[in-house]
Amino acid sequence: MSDTPHIDIEKVANLARIALTEEEKATFSSQLDSILGYIDKLNELDTSNVEPTAHPHSVENVWRDDQAESELPTSEALKNAPKERQNMVVVPKVVE
Amino acid sequence: MSEALYYKTIGELNGLMDSGEISSVELMQSVVDRTQSVEERVCAFNSFDAEGALAQAAESDKRRAAGETRGPLDGIPVGIKDVLAVKDQPLTCSSKILADFISPYDATCIQNLKQAGAILWGRLNMDEFAMGSSTENSSTKTTSNPWNLDCVPGGSSGGSAAAVAAGEAIVSLGSDTGGSIRQPASHCGIVGLKPTYGRVSRYGLAAFASSLDQVGPMGRNVADVAHLLQAISGHDRRDSTSFKIDVPDFAAAIESFPGKQWTFGLPKEYFENAESAASLKAVEEAIEFYKGLGCAFKEISLPHTEYAVATYYIVATAEASSNLARYDGIRYTRRAESFDGKDSVDIYHQSRAEGFGEEVKRRVILGTYVLSSGYYDAYYLKAQKARTLIRQDFENAFAEVDAILAPTSPNPAFKKGALTEDPLSMYLSDIYTISANLAGIPGMSLPCGYSDGLPVGLQILGKPFHETDLLSIGHTFEAAHEYSREHPDL
Repeated sequence: MSDTPHIDIEKVANLARIALTEEEKATFSSQLDSILGYIDKLNELDTSNVEPTAHPHSVENVWRDDQAESELPTSEALKNAPKERQNMVVVPKVVE
Repeated sequence: MSEALYYKTIGELNGLMDSGEISSVELMQSVVDRTQSVEERVCAFNSFDAEGALAQAAESDKRRAAGETRGPLDGIPVGIKDVLAVKDQPLTCSSKILADFISPYDATCIQNLKQAGAILWGRLNMDEFAMGSSTENSSTKTTSNPWNLDCVPGGSSGGSAAAVAAGEAIVSLGSDTGGSIRQPASHCGIVGLKPTYGRVSRYGLAAFASSLDQVGPMGRNVADVAHLLQAISGHDRRDSTSFKIDVPDFAAAIESFPGKQWTFGLPKEYFENAESAASLKAVEEAIEFYKGLGCAFKEISLPHTEYAVATYYIVATAEASSNLARYDGIRYTRRAESFDGKDSVDIYHQSRAEGFGEEVKRRVILGTYVLSSGYYDAYYLKAQKARTLIRQDFENAFAEVDAILAPTSPNPAFKKGALTEDPLSMYLSDIYTISANLAGIPGMSLPCGYSDGLPVGLQILGKPFHETDLLSIGHTFEAAHEYSREHPDL
């Protein structure tokens, strides 16, 4: 492992949309560097001729009839919204 | 038999209910009373509704009286891991961010249980979003191991395992992404089965890592687990990864061990560095038992075992970072009270900061990192290729053997707090279980003895869609031992 941290914690936390405290940034940086140091073990493997696995048993082209069905009514679907009005989720103003 | 109702098997309970000696209401009341007397110490449940459960039991009794009983699970209380959607019940994933969430629909496996007449009983504690091996990463409470209250029950389905071991449920559902059914089953001295990927619908299971997650049954004996697996298995058009394959009669299959010449594999990578593993002695005794029955044994090699933990923690965290993006404070989770009013994206940052616990943040950040621009090939794609090699290891092994025997976990349950400061050590304790998820094969943990008074599990790994093998192999051991009748002293 090199001495420079693997992770730019500010950048990744922003991508992950999680506000971290200074303490969390320090703890996670050091813990994630040790985890990434361990993960670097995979570089020992020659995978140049190996196909990646996305799913253990590949199922291809799962089709169904294109028919509309009645699923959740809007009121049910919005039941858990933190703020809701007139069948819509309320958010702060996003355009000027 | 003088055993309390809450410790009886599904077979015994069906006999008692069919003959009219007990009703489902009496059974449910026995489970409720037991829960009220031990739950303060075990802390397995996030919530339960005794009145609602007794009402379901009364419905079951009506069906039975009318001769319309729906099979072996009718009237049987089933505990549900707090990760599965049950209409109009809370679904918290033991996370603050879902503390107020009420499911608007049923998961497919829950619909199946309702059709089978089962009583849906309580919401069982877990590591937040199923991320962990001890149930200590729960925002609600710390569950105790019923065999030693100072120890963890394992995780992430720790509440599901502890409730069954303590007699607070007859059986329960868990979910297994890297061992989360098998490891807590092992630590709590019960049976837990992770089905083949695709055997059970994931519709209505809050997703952690979609290519690894699988719902499965937990119980005190193999037959109970077989009954529960029967009810939840099968193709579901709502889950495109569920498999169109016939569902065998699992309960009948448990008797199918005799008459077949079995060959079992022992992976040298699992045993060669395991001298220090406290679980080894009991597992070796179980191996001797099968040798005594005339089963053949072969040393096999799973050469990529040492890469499994690294592969898993890339694949699982990458998928988790994507899946958990939905918990944003906008549509259906808790929204932070204070955020930068000029920057609506700050709702996400603050809601997730308040709503997620430490381990979830750590994994989402790791997963985001391995998927981020410039690192995708080096980490995620590399791990998917390593996953292929791990999967092929098992394909090669199963060309030679019918099933693989191994410990479920290197050690029995550890003391609470022992590993919380060291996430990498916690991850490494999953070494024997995570490969099955990467390969998509079924695995079962079965009680096979004790180490210092704590239960030890034997793990049986099988070919894809050969759960019947695991059940019959396990039942044969169980029938010759007393472990399924031994309960913690609470």
